[in-house]
Amino acid sequence: MNRRDYLLRKIFFSLVTLAIVVVLNFVLFRVLPGDPVRAVIGRNVRISADTQQALREQFGLDRPVFPDQFLTALGQWSRGNLGVSWSLRKPVGEVLVAKLGNTLLLIGLGQVLSIILGVALGLLAGWKRKTAVDVGALTFSLIAWAIPTFWLGIILLAAGSTWLGLPTGGIVSPSNVGKPLYTVLPDVAHHLILPTLTLTILYMGEYMLIMRSSIMEVLGEDYILTAKAKGMSHWQVLRRHALKNAMLPIVTLIAINLGFTVSGAIYVETVFSYDGLGKMFQTALVKQDYPLLQGAFLLLAVSVILANMLADILYTYLDPRVKAA
Amino acid sequence: MTSLPLLRVRNLSSEFVTTDGTVARALDDVSFDVHPGQTVGLVGESGCGKTTTLLSIMRLLPVSARITSGQVLFNGTDLLGLSEADMRRCRWKELAIVFQGAMNALNPVMTVGEQIREAILLHDLMDSSHATRRVDELLDMVGIAASRRDQYPHQYSGGMRQRAMIAMALACQPSLLFADEPTTALDVMVQAQILELLQKIQKLLGLAVVLVTHDLGVVAEVCDAVVVMYGGKVAENGPVDEVYNHPRHPYTQRLLEAFPDLNRPAGSLATIPGTPPRLNALPPGCRFAPRCHKAFDRCHIEAPVETGLGRGHTAACHLLEKTEAAK
Repeated sequence: MNRRDYLLRKIFFSLVTLAIVVVLNFVLFRVLPGDPVRAVIGRNVRISADTQQALREQFGLDRPVFPDQFLTALGQWSRGNLGVSWSLRKPVGEVLVAKLGNTLLLIGLGQVLSIILGVALGLLAGWKRKTAVDVGALTFSLIAWAIPTFWLGIILLAAGSTWLGLPTGGIVSPSNVGKPLYTVLPDVAHHLILPTLTLTILYMGEYMLIMRSSIMEVLGEDYILTAKAKGMSHWQVLRRHALKNAMLPIVTLIAINLGFTVSGAIYVETVFSYDGLGKMFQTALVKQDYPLLQGAFLLLAVSVILANMLADILYTYLDPRVKAA
Repeated sequence: MTSLPLLRVRNLSSEFVTTDGTVARALDDVSFDVHPGQTVGLVGESGCGKTTTLLSIMRLLPVSARITSGQVLFNGTDLLGLSEADMRRCRWKELAIVFQGAMNALNPVMTVGEQIREAILLHDLMDSSHATRRVDELLDMVGIAASRRDQYPHQYSGGMRQRAMIAMALACQPSLLFADEPTTALDVMVQAQILELLQKIQKLLGLAVVLVTHDLGVVAEVCDAVVVMYGGKVAENGPVDEVYNHPRHPYTQRLLEAFPDLNRPAGSLATIPGTPPRLNALPPGCRFAPRCHKAFDRCHIEAPVETGLGRGHTAACHLLEKTEAAK
């Protein structure tokens, strides 16, 4: 099988997954309790039954759920219309895009740092197996992996703000709120330190553990012995023969993590009052803002599917055997 | 043999530290010679130290193992005394190895051509464009079309992988080639092809070959000399004709009886009862004594030493010490 066929097959399955997710996403919010009309008008406002009925007709809620409502939703989603947030009174798409930028900044930074540090540490530990370096790195990583996110966040928040004078939350200082982020970069960076550190430590452990076991497995392979027999130094063996093979599981892990980063940020963003998707998610849940949640779920699902598809594509470049599978 | 040995292994001993902390004496006092252009067969049951011998000579033992004593004289230089950097320069350029199966001996994510080229470039033998041409020559020598140079190992059949491995081993024109069970896991027809190829190349290039194998028939066909190993020691060593026609060590005798012979097709094959000793729990005397049908009291107490039997034939057995002394 060649690369084109392989990719077409992967894209097809991604689309199938997307279709299933879209259906589930629709169904889920129809079976949840709550009346959209009441949510829109608020709880304590008295509005006549006639007006409520008028609203219901305006929203199309008087028509059957299937197929009418489903097809309408499908048509609107495909045009990028995710509805209007009940709590924010803004189009859901607009809200998501605004928050997504902030989250990507935080998560992207945290992921890049944790991948670099985790992979490097795992490589070192696996290579210097059973030495003090290995035991130290392993202990650190197991602890880092096991720590609850919110707990580490709170500890770092307390320590960082008390001793280092770092900001306790937000994306920028109150005086800079509302300005475009790129005009106040030093302030943004200052606010990013603690949440990024939290994310880096949390994900680093996982990358380290996977990289360590992966490199240890690869170093035991016959082709490593062949490479050594050819007269290569340890470093050459590692760079030319071990690294690419050992990175394969890491690529999968990165894809999985990237897919879930959007949701993974919920704790960190809540602890650090960081105005991103995670925090929005939490607020939307508390306020039972179904359209917003529905949009967020869709975004999550799409990002998970996209990340996995990206990993599949990347794999064909890293591992020539994949195409044959 | 009048020529000076190319490789002289003298009293080589290696040990492994097992996970439960005990020490396994994988090689004990192993000595044998390989002359230029000669093929030496290294035979014995699994776990008797054949591969360990090769890896010790190339100083490629895993970290849990180490060479405890002995000499490995290659063209008069003791390889065990070389610095790691000098040893690296020596590997592949002087001593190359073909591993068993070659299933995983080739890197799955690198093209076969690149893996061969890499060896040439590593030893600074020629520039990049010449190296690519040399790869095509090497592949041609083992019967692989140059068009398959840029394919990956998984696109090769088992036999092709092994041939590519042989091409790779020849890349730096070594004078000594180790072949560690090169035909294991290949079907019989392909086995014959690989052996034929090895022989052809050996004649063509005047290579000395050390062939590790279970197959006594292959040894008889291909080798000039044979080293029979048992439990990390050399049991018997000598020219193939000598050892096959006049096996003196009971282990060699039983091993040969266990091998099918066209001259006595009707007879059932002999087996040697028991299993080779665990290397971390060796018997005190001769390592073969517990399975030996000729063992007597002394065999269980004292290890026999190698006895010269003339014409380059040696064996380590108490029975021979008695008979030789009586002469």
